[in-house]
Amino acid sequence: MSTNPTNGGEALVRALECEGVEVMFGLPGGAILPVYDPIIDSSIRHVLVRHEQGAGHMAEGYAHATGKPGVCMVTSGPAATNVVTPLADAMLDSVPMVCITGQVPLAAIGTDAFQECDTTGITMAVTKHNFLVTDPQDIPRIIHEAFHIATTGRPGPVLVDIPKDIVDPVNPRSAMTWYEPDSVPMELPGYHPQTDGDPALIQEAAELIAHAERPVLYVGGGILKARAAEPLLELAELLQIPVVTTLMARGAFPDSHELCLGMPGMHGNYTAVTAMQRADLLVSLGARFDDRVTGRLDGFAPDAKIIHVDIDPAELGKVRQYNAGIQGDCKVVIEGLVDITKKLGSGAQADRSAWRSTVSGWQEKFPLTYEQSLPGDKLKPQFVMEQLRDGNPADTILCSGVGQHQMHASQFWRFDHPYTWINSGGLGTMGFSIPAAIGAKAGMPDRRVWAVDGDGNFQMTAQELVTATVEDIPIKVALFNNSYLGMVRQWQEMFYDERFSEVHLSDHVPDYVKWAESMGAVGIRVESPEEVAPAIAKANEINDRSVVIEFVTDARENVFPMVPAGATNSDVVVDPSQQHLLDDTGGES
Amino acid sequence: MNVSSASPRWHTLVATVENKPGVLARVAGLFSRRGFNIHSLAVAPTDDERFSRITFTVDIEGTPLDQVVKQLDKLINVVDISELNPAHSVERELMLITVEVGEYRKELMEIVDDYRAYVLSEGDDRLMLSWSARPARLDELEERLRPFGIVELQRTGRVALPSLDN
Repeated sequence: MSTNPTNGGEALVRALECEGVEVMFGLPGGAILPVYDPIIDSSIRHVLVRHEQGAGHMAEGYAHATGKPGVCMVTSGPAATNVVTPLADAMLDSVPMVCITGQVPLAAIGTDAFQECDTTGITMAVTKHNFLVTDPQDIPRIIHEAFHIATTGRPGPVLVDIPKDIVDPVNPRSAMTWYEPDSVPMELPGYHPQTDGDPALIQEAAELIAHAERPVLYVGGGILKARAAEPLLELAELLQIPVVTTLMARGAFPDSHELCLGMPGMHGNYTAVTAMQRADLLVSLGARFDDRVTGRLDGFAPDAKIIHVDIDPAELGKVRQYNAGIQGDCKVVIEGLVDITKKLGSGAQADRSAWRSTVSGWQEKFPLTYEQSLPGDKLKPQFVMEQLRDGNPADTILCSGVGQHQMHASQFWRFDHPYTWINSGGLGTMGFSIPAAIGAKAGMPDRRVWAVDGDGNFQMTAQELVTATVEDIPIKVALFNNSYLGMVRQWQEMFYDERFSEVHLSDHVPDYVKWAESMGAVGIRVESPEEVAPAIAKANEINDRSVVIEFVTDARENVFPMVPAGATNSDVVVDPSQQHLLDDTGGES
Repeated sequence: MNVSSASPRWHTLVATVENKPGVLARVAGLFSRRGFNIHSLAVAPTDDERFSRITFTVDIEGTPLDQVVKQLDKLINVVDISELNPAHSVERELMLITVEVGEYRKELMEIVDDYRAYVLSEGDDRLMLSWSARPARLDELEERLRPFGIVELQRTGRVALPSLDN
């Protein structure tokens, strides 16, 4: 568009361009129709999805991979309700996202009009904020406010609901006089995110750290949002303190680093779980003491003092009382901690040699392990994950669905770079991986993007592989097919006396290879260990279309270690082959 | 933001919010999703019509209240929120009440005079009164009037401001 917009629809598209939007994901329909007309002439690439949930998860994947806000646009009613799941997902994982929804004309709102629903009412609890626009003149300003809110402070999803009449050029109500979105003041008197940590509290925190003999840096997804991986590395090396990276923070600190203990929590490795449990100080950086990390709260890290750093003041003390609670951007606060630590000098730090040797003792004794398959057995998912890891460069972007394959991916991949791991951590949304991978690939077309998925997940959103084909956004899918809802099966096996209820999907249908091929992807089925690496290599040679490798895996394989629900992290269940070693470790601290 | 963690059960919160559609629903939603009941609520524009002031009384323990207040403060449309310390604030509430007069007009008018209530409207056998006072005093008057027969009653919910003596 070269001339200035004169109506709300043109203004909306122009405002999105002004915010730097390059790619958006969506699907048109009645109420949003007038906005899709100016899209034809826009510089923004629009990716046409097959289901609105896909649009939302693609926007999330795009945001995770690029750090830029993901944008999706859908129509009213059922389309708006279809994006509720991605909005809730983005809310829990603090993903910057702007969602535009069409709405019935202003005069029809509240009349049960065709494809009407109360979108702002429905999404109130799953967005950081939402807007119902009633005047086309407000569109540029509100779009600017939406991006500002989505990307600053604790990031999150923002929804803008736009009635049809104010964007439809045939309706006089859509007339507006264009202005640049950032040329007018924002009208957000109640929104002032604070990023600078209180220097006195940072000083106090640095001194608490200096006196700690058994400290652990507990690193969450906030580190990635703050783009603080570099200062984190400096802080950890300066202090020589071990680091655990939560499910949302995998890659924020390199797994190959000697100070990295990997993932803590319900399926964390023994050393990460136990180091937190025995610590005398946890330095929580952009983490939120999620129940999957803490296990039973009253038994979590009983001897640990807590330093809690978060940009969201509502996180401080929400779950666990802190000794020093610092509201601020993780990057700013960590840089402050580095400065003060340097001033204190290395002599100020407590002797942690015993702690380091205890921790490395656990690492040697309790590595992640599994038993290799016997000839004739189905594939071990852990083996496939290791092969996938070894067959790809470290900067590969790995997206995951939710369940056993997600935990195995987090455990067995080697995350050495930030922003290479994209998953649904908080909401646990099955079906996340394929659309998220497409969004990531759309944002990072030069990077290799793999989606790991389970068969239950795949059947929820696989249709987006059609989108990938038609839009030429080729991704690679490693489908772990064990014919079960595997994680639920694991719980029924362990906690419901092996009474398996409604977890067996099917051993016969669907035919994933045919399904993949019908969607324009290459389909490969792998059933024996020696085929695994060649299939991955073959998939990596195909770059003009998507590839789905179906790995037929062993449903009996469970995810270990595991802290059973309701147990404390002291009661971690390790792989059956290591269980006898636990008895020797009881008194150690 | 300043919430007393000691737990008197009743807490009075005062919020300045943007005077826009949907803001009350956002605020109320944060209570309802946790199953907390708002006991009393008063909303009206401030001297600056862009903003409204909400006074609400809630029955919540100190720790969850602190979390609710922090979540309320995160709402984009909430400009400011704080808890009023009951020892350093004044509260008032207005009550309109219609009572049966019956054969006890004399006794009723004694109470009206006693409390300095206003008679707003008179019917053959009913009387509508208006009175504003501390909420506890309204409770008291309500109880005094109950024996006569309360026909209708509307209380506004309490409003509060910090007192000037602290």
